[in-house]
Amino acid sequence: MDIENWLRVTPQGLCCVPGGFHIDPWQPVARAVVTHGHSDHARAGHAAVLATPPTLAIMAARGAAPERGQGLDYGRSVRIGDVSVRLAPAGHVLGSAQVVLEYEGTRAVVSGDYKRRPDPTCLPFEPVPCDLFVTEATFGLPVFRHPDDADEIARLLHSVALFPERCHLVGVYALGKCQRVIRLLRAAGYDQPIYVHGGLVEMCRLYEEWGVALGELRLATGPSADELKGQIVLAPPSALADRWARRLPDPVTALASGWMRVRLRARQRGVELPLVISDHADWDELCRTIDEVGAPELWVTHGNEDALVHVAGQKGIAARALYLEGYEEEEAA
Amino acid sequence: MMAFARLLDSLVYTGGRNAKLRLMADYFTHAPDPDRGYALAALTGGLDFPNAKPALIRDLAARRVDPVLFAMSYDYVGDLAETVALIWPERPQPAAHVPELGEIVEALRLTPKDGVAGLLEGWLDSLDATGRWALLKLITGGLRVGVSARLAKTAVAEWGGRDAAEIEEVWHGLKPPYAGLFAWAEGLADRPAVEDGATFRPFMLATPLEERDLAGLDPADFAAEWKWDGIRVQVAARGGTRRLFARSGDDVGGAFPDILEAATFDAVIDGELLVVAPDGEPASFNHLQQRLNRKTVTPKMLRDYPAHVRVYDMLFCEGEDLRPLPFAERRARLERWFARPRPRLDLSPLLPFESWDQLAALRDAARQNGIEGLMLKRKDSPYLSGRPKGPWFKWKRDALTVDAVLMYAQRGHGKRSSYYSDYTFGAWSGGALVPVGKAYFGFTDEELLQIDRWVRANTVNRFGPVREVRPGLVFEVAFDSVHASGRHKSGVALRFPRIARIRWDKPAAEADRLEALEALIS
Ligand SMILES: [Zn+2]
Ligand SMILES: [Zn+2]
Repeated sequence: MDIENWLRVTPQGLCCVPGGFHIDPWQPVARAVVTHGHSDHARAGHAAVLATPPTLAIMAARGAAPERGQGLDYGRSVRIGDVSVRLAPAGHVLGSAQVVLEYEGTRAVVSGDYKRRPDPTCLPFEPVPCDLFVTEATFGLPVFRHPDDADEIARLLHSVALFPERCHLVGVYALGKCQRVIRLLRAAGYDQPIYVHGGLVEMCRLYEEWGVALGELRLATGPSADELKGQIVLAPPSALADRWARRLPDPVTALASGWMRVRLRARQRGVELPLVISDHADWDELCRTIDEVGAPELWVTHGNEDALVHVAGQKGIAARALYLEGYEEEEAA
Repeated sequence: MMAFARLLDSLVYTGGRNAKLRLMADYFTHAPDPDRGYALAALTGGLDFPNAKPALIRDLAARRVDPVLFAMSYDYVGDLAETVALIWPERPQPAAHVPELGEIVEALRLTPKDGVAGLLEGWLDSLDATGRWALLKLITGGLRVGVSARLAKTAVAEWGGRDAAEIEEVWHGLKPPYAGLFAWAEGLADRPAVEDGATFRPFMLATPLEERDLAGLDPADFAAEWKWDGIRVQVAARGGTRRLFARSGDDVGGAFPDILEAATFDAVIDGELLVVAPDGEPASFNHLQQRLNRKTVTPKMLRDYPAHVRVYDMLFCEGEDLRPLPFAERRARLERWFARPRPRLDLSPLLPFESWDQLAALRDAARQNGIEGLMLKRKDSPYLSGRPKGPWFKWKRDALTVDAVLMYAQRGHGKRSSYYSDYTFGAWSGGALVPVGKAYFGFTDEELLQIDRWVRANTVNRFGPVREVRPGLVFEVAFDSVHASGRHKSGVALRFPRIARIRWDKPAAEADRLEALEALIS
């Protein structure tokens, strides 16, 4: 049966018609399946939400709790109407999931956001063979190829050693990037306290509750400028140019994001130390994932769709761009 | 190569001077010879690879990458070298051998033109994205990482605990990879010898005068003279060697045999190279242009455009270093030196004045040929290298302006690579626009964005990186003077044009006519 008969774009977002629910809808709906806790996917105001337990906890922490939340562990299936729904790890952030839908012998996988690199803060992406794959394409151009994250952390630590009288202010998205950067620093042997902006505290606590140990964190608002010399301070990207940052001792401004791969983008953000660390698949990984899931039909959303549609076409896949309106350019990228 | 690439990459993003110095010092500490020497050469603009051109890089990329994907990517990234560096297919395993900077520079120098593509392809395969970017920047010239030659030399000096002027002094006797210089900076060898002859000595330069500075300055402390509109040069003659240096330290003597012939003295003097009319007064800058950049000089050119040096200062006299002396004393020595006839040289006269107002009036009245403005020099100033703030000021006369219409826009370089930031503008002649000049500075980032948007919305034609736009945007263009020019279709050439204001308010039809510029020809 034609997939478009049961999975289609509606004004509220992607809708599974026979199941009567939406996936990551951007307007309040009666029933939603939510892939992960980033705010452009997990909006507030839904009546009922199905998601992994960590995602529900994240939604609650962000003030986006639904009236009724139903937790579904990875690998378990539920039936909603005539549709079977299963959540598979997406490797994006804690609790992030792909939604695996089966209806009348056809399987569709909605990936949400995903990455393929190992991440010590969440389970790795699981490729699920399917008839339709709905992929993100945040970094859907061949110029986006993320380097090894350990090398990026090594550059940060080299800079810390080179400028011991300055502090390093690193912009990290509150959910996911922050905790991953902390874990990467720990893995590189950095065992000093890491200073964090108040806006990051809640999510760090939540990650620790879910078993992701982060080592000693200190609030960056207390200590004197003198104490912060030579230290690493993490803050949400929006706080980098804020009044808040003025009291730091001559900070070297860094930003951890896949966008930092392109120099112009990094300079537009006024960043001195761009760190290419991303929670999304890069170009090679997008292409590899398409091969691995083997879907004859591909819908591309969320970013630079055209290049990926072009490449899928060359592979004989029926591909099209799905222009879903509600997603902003990923800050969290 | 990777260490050099990381250095360039860090420099691109680093704003502060001290941080840049620190990054360079860190590199000099860790990089071996000859890599660090070639790095210094690259940063000071001393490397040139005529066999490697942007077109070659584009061809290489076209062989490896789907053209549709390349076009989409180039459009997104905005810079050719960066696009190729990022998009180049990555090898699955790390390369067995990653080339070092010295190896690359030496191979490029020795490889004939038809072998360069193969070399480059191999290197692109073995470097990572940052390495590829640095390689492509290096070979296409113009690193544009926000480091001047002077700052790079200062970095070596400070890293070695030396004085930057000491490096300037010997610089022109040195060649990449500067092993002797680094050995000296590290305290392992003596300073490379200054060849005792007609060597280049760093110029002393003036800072622009802000008129509000004048209030704090005492006219009695200063001497004033005209700032002549030619080319600042140094004539060095000693022990049978005679040389004519431009400010860059380049020897331009080949184009001015008449000056060298007249340099029968033993001295190093600082002055302005001019072409003079039969009455002995400076001819327009355009005449000097006729003499510059010529490999061979014909007798006719020597006759029609005779060269002349108007002397400002004296650095050495018969082996004696005068630079530590105060300006007033050097000037007295210079005047005595001119007691004997000095063919093709004359003394730039000092201007008597008692108050700043009096001097300002002199400056405003000066509209004749060859005067760019005034120089103010503290009478007690020694001759220092570089551009120290305080002892010398240049006080340019006010610029002239014209309202011109934007005709073509081109993508910029470096930071501005994704914006249309280089502009050709024209004046009306009959019912058509004729181009009269090009400029690319004078904007805030916000204005740049607005113009960029306007250009994209008003394009009528595209030729590669250039867009032709409909006549609709007027610039107020400031310039120092206008000269007749046979090389420009308009017949005029502007000196130092820069865009002073964007006249969003002004209809293109009301912009200036070519005749307005012709009337200003000096
Ligand atoms: Zn996300
Ligand atoms: Zn997203």
